[in-house]
Amino acid sequence: MPETYRVAIVGSGPAGLSAAARAAQLGMSHILIEKTDHLSDTIYKYQKGKHVMATPSNLVLRSDVDFDAGKREFILDTWDRQIEECKANVRLNSEVTAITGTTGAFTIEIKGGETIQAEAVIMAIGTQGNPNKLRCPGADMPHIQYQLDDPGEYFDEQITVVGSGDAGIENALGLAADPAQRNIVTILNRSAEFARAKPANVTLLEEAERDGRISVRRETTPTDVRDKQLVLETRDGAETIPCDRIIARTGSQPPRGFVEKCGIEFTSEERSAFPKLSPSFETTQQGIHVIGALAGYPLIKHCMNQGYDVVEFLNGNADLKPADEPILAEKFSALPGNRSVDEWLEVFRENIVILRELSPLQMRELMLDGSVAAFDAGDVIFVRNDPGSSMFAIAEGSVSVEVNPADTSITVPIGRGSIFGEVGLISGRRRGSTVRAAEPVITLELSRTAALKLLATAPTADRAVRQITIERQLLQMFGSGLTPQDVTEMVEAAEAVEIRAGQNVIEEDADDTDFYVIQRGSMIVEKTIGGKPVFLSYLPAGSYFGEMAVIDGNRRSATVKAAIKSEVIKFPGDAFMRLLERNPKVRERALADMASRRQINAFVEERKESFSGAVDMYSETAKFLIDNGIGEATDVLLIDETLCVGCDNCEKACADSHEGLSRLDREAGRTYAHLHVPTSCRHCEHPHCMADCPPNAIKRGADGEVFIDETCIGCGNCQRNCPYGVIRMDPKPPKKPSLLSWLMFGAGPGPGEASYSWRKKTAQKKGLEQAKLAIKCDMCAGIDGGPACVRACPTGAAIRVAPEKFLTFTKLAEDVD
Amino acid sequence: MASKADSSNFAQAEKRRDTDHESFLAHKRMRWLKISAVLCLIVVISYFLVDVEPRHNGGTWYGYTLGTIGALLIAWLSVLGIRKRNISEGKWSLKAWTSAHVYLGLALIVIGTMHTGFQLGWNVHTLAWALMMLVIVSGIYGISVYAALPRALSNNMREMTRKQMVEGLAALDRQLDSAAQPLDRMEADAVINATQQDAFRAGLLARLTGSYPRCATKRALKAFPDGALNKHEEKVASLLRKRKSQLGQIRRHMRYKALLEVWLFVHIPATIALLAALTAHIVSVFYYW
Ligand SMILES: Cc1cc2nc3c(=O)[nH]c(=O)nc-3n(C[C@H](O)[C@H](O)[C@H](O)COP(=O)(O)OP(=O)(O)OC[C@H]3O[C@@H](n4cnc5c(N)ncnc54)[C@H](O)[C@@H]3O)c2cc1C
Ligand code: HEM
Repeated sequence: MPETYRVAIVGSGPAGLSAAARAAQLGMSHILIEKTDHLSDTIYKYQKGKHVMATPSNLVLRSDVDFDAGKREFILDTWDRQIEECKANVRLNSEVTAITGTTGAFTIEIKGGETIQAEAVIMAIGTQGNPNKLRCPGADMPHIQYQLDDPGEYFDEQITVVGSGDAGIENALGLAADPAQRNIVTILNRSAEFARAKPANVTLLEEAERDGRISVRRETTPTDVRDKQLVLETRDGAETIPCDRIIARTGSQPPRGFVEKCGIEFTSEERSAFPKLSPSFETTQQGIHVIGALAGYPLIKHCMNQGYDVVEFLNGNADLKPADEPILAEKFSALPGNRSVDEWLEVFRENIVILRELSPLQMRELMLDGSVAAFDAGDVIFVRNDPGSSMFAIAEGSVSVEVNPADTSITVPIGRGSIFGEVGLISGRRRGSTVRAAEPVITLELSRTAALKLLATAPTADRAVRQITIERQLLQMFGSGLTPQDVTEMVEAAEAVEIRAGQNVIEEDADDTDFYVIQRGSMIVEKTIGGKPVFLSYLPAGSYFGEMAVIDGNRRSATVKAAIKSEVIKFPGDAFMRLLERNPKVRERALADMASRRQINAFVEERKESFSGAVDMYSETAKFLIDNGIGEATDVLLIDETLCVGCDNCEKACADSHEGLSRLDREAGRTYAHLHVPTSCRHCEHPHCMADCPPNAIKRGADGEVFIDETCIGCGNCQRNCPYGVIRMDPKPPKKPSLLSWLMFGAGPGPGEASYSWRKKTAQKKGLEQAKLAIKCDMCAGIDGGPACVRACPTGAAIRVAPEKFLTFTKLAEDVD
Repeated sequence: MASKADSSNFAQAEKRRDTDHESFLAHKRMRWLKISAVLCLIVVISYFLVDVEPRHNGGTWYGYTLGTIGALLIAWLSVLGIRKRNISEGKWSLKAWTSAHVYLGLALIVIGTMHTGFQLGWNVHTLAWALMMLVIVSGIYGISVYAALPRALSNNMREMTRKQMVEGLAALDRQLDSAAQPLDRMEADAVINATQQDAFRAGLLARLTGSYPRCATKRALKAFPDGALNKHEEKVASLLRKRKSQLGQIRRHMRYKALLEVWLFVHIPATIALLAALTAHIVSVFYYW
């Protein structure tokens, strides 16, 4: 009978190895099982020499293994050494393929057939997942690899790259870059186009193909991997090519499937969901624990602390307070009442409706991301038009909302347990009204990211927030006089609909009568005039449309389609009609809005008759801007190339107002009719860059700017996620000599961004840390006067505008007059 | 985080987000043109109304007044060079500065000339006036190219950055290199001459006029006359034609940029010389008082 370990730890990342070290220290029988031939594969795969950050800095490290900010190599060496010193029982080259059994008797299957017995399991396999294998015979041959660290290592080989994404193309280009390596490189693409890759990469690949450096085979798939040969399926039948090495870059499978197979439930179907966990990291499969990135804690310090904690819990230490206890204590110390951390956690969880189903562990995490505050009666919590992107929940007391900017005495109360500020959060735009404390109140403020995570993990919270959002949006849209009761019918009949970019929501001449509110994204309104679609207007999130047909009973007078991927709330027209009938004031308001929209449409139509060219131009320009992602922008840099003399003072000013690096590339980007959209952040309504930031360092600031704060760890996720290429990774440059000493004595590199070589040399001379961090436009927040690029333009070519302001028909009126 | 946004900041940002493109020449409905015109009008009318003895020149009370205004204006106009590079905080806009610079600079023609009372000669005083006029004339050239050329610059770019143009050329050269392998010695040499000629080693004149009589690519094309070409030669000829058109784009780009910048090489040094001459002028006037 083989040995049964007290605990088996799967995965040797920071979480797993910290757990193993603790178990070794406690003398608990254990085994650390790692798939690869080294510890901590995720960190092993970081770029060579990467500076690894140790955020959050206020969190203490609780682990038997050391970790502090430093070079990747140093950290890996330290861990290798300390794991050996503490005599942790490590088994490398062992991929776990299945875990079966129950508490006290788990069987862990290793690829190849061996099994390991353990009483408890800790899963710390991270979120990297497994690369997709080739789906053909021979897919397990040893000359297939899934990663390429250094393309300079290979000589005189026939190499085939499988995969048509950026990773595959970049690998192929790297292998073929130096003719002296004499590699023969082939890249296979299942389809005819390289649709998933960045255009710049495709251009380079096509050029390499023309030069004969890379052989590109389209509509081709591998069907049989043999020693030194590869059989291909092409359009013209099977073909065999010589092949010494295969690099497979066809994406990877997230580990969720494997985890679920072990009997572990996730909090929801959402891609962003995590396993359900108890306070001691136990999953729904008793005896199996999940920690680290897989548990939703993507920072190394969190991972290591959890490794320690989970083993302590397993060892029966029930009193252990999590390492974040002091941080929470500090947070709560600002609140009146002198309660302990646990008591506060309970107060918030009990009182706030949307938090009730959270586990204590989730509560802790949420509170770490959120901020708590106490307000006295009458205190302002936020002001109308503040661009906050967070949501508030009321733990104690109540607030009053000033719904009418013209008359602050008209307020609507919101009581204990409910939420407010959710509109700003969902649509990423501004606060609709001023909110004050009606009595002493205690609030929890959740950043957009924390709130979205909550909604993804707690379905009831998601439903509750949606309902409230719709109700409030309706109330706000039509101004005073309405009560929640008035809109109950509408709220109950509401249906959220996802709309693809370019998809029509309403079609001209159709006879449906639904009424819509844009929840996220934006719409464009078009009308066919003289056989051509003419742009009428742009509707940002928070606007409504479709009211005309409801009110006048005619067919749809224009087409409304999504400028970008959007979500609209659809209401049946008759419910809206009844709302209008019951509320004459709302009806008046809707009629007034409708009249002004009609007027715009009539204006454009009339212009179209007399100034057809101008209207077409306006329409085409609007279309160009929408095609370039302006539909999701909130603040965008536009350059009029009839005014731009190419002096690059905008870039220089940008660099000089921000530590010496420019966050915009004036020349790059698309142009239509002399209107140029340079490569510069547009501060998207729902920023792509925020999606996957381990330390949550990307935030939206007071003036609507999306910025990266000092907790950035330089992982590059945001740069990869930004579809507009506006984020760069660079170390902070050394300080330049002053402008005066440059003018007088020519000291330093002069105004603007210093050359790469100057930055590097000077930093080395001064011995400065050269950690690459993500940098992007912050709209010059906090700089009096606003964006430096605009202020520094000598000719008026550069402006930063909001799309809904720029895309109005007034432009048409001005241009023609 | 709760953003207790400073509402004045927000109002400012909202105003900015609701702007449109407006040329420096038209800034704020030509505010500075109007101010300058009024200033010139006052100077011209008062010049004829004010009766000074024995006649108008720099030394009368009227002359001193104009001289002081002119000198202050020149000093302020010169500060543009610093304003442009010192990106300090505050609500300034370089566009407003340039607008004022242009119109007040033009007003100096009237102010400076009236200040002299048309008493010009071969001395440091006239030198200062002449340098001032030189700066102004170069400035007038400057605004004319600023008004005329950006459109052409933009059309010529065809959405390519300078770097992409250069890379485009390099890519063609790599293709030419391999395509020229099967050619005979003479033809191959012509191609090599073309690809090895540095596109950026061009004199000022070539840059400004955009004419390159010694262009090796054009010459190489002559070695491949239409008609009697084999398959290899045809390929090289077509690549050379592409190279020529790529070069053309780069050269036009360089030409427009040169035309947009060349005047500053007069405007700025002449400004420095003007400041020196002006100082000498003022010192000598007070010295000989
Ligand atoms: C480029 C980049 C830069 C980053 N920089 C930082 C930084 O500076 N600071 C910071 O705090 N965080 C950083 N992070 C995040 C951090 O690296 C991860 O969150 C952290 O490594 C997660 O640790 P983990 O132990 O949960 O999982 P991982 O580190 O992912 O480790 C999982 C381990 O499990 C193994 N494994 C997986 N499946 C199996 C299986 N079936 N059987 C056996 N073994 C298996 C893997 O091989 C791997 O070794 C960065 C991330 C990236 C991608
Ligand atoms: C005596 C009068 C003038 C003086 C001393 C003066 C001085 C200067 C200086 C120092 C600069 C800064 C150049 C740089 O650093 O890049 C400048 C720029 C400029 N000047 Fe003048 N100038 C004068 C008159 C004029 C006039 C009359 C015009 C136009 C009719 C003019 C048009 C310009 C323009 C267009 C710029 C460039 C702005 C830019 O691109 O940033 N100047 N001038």
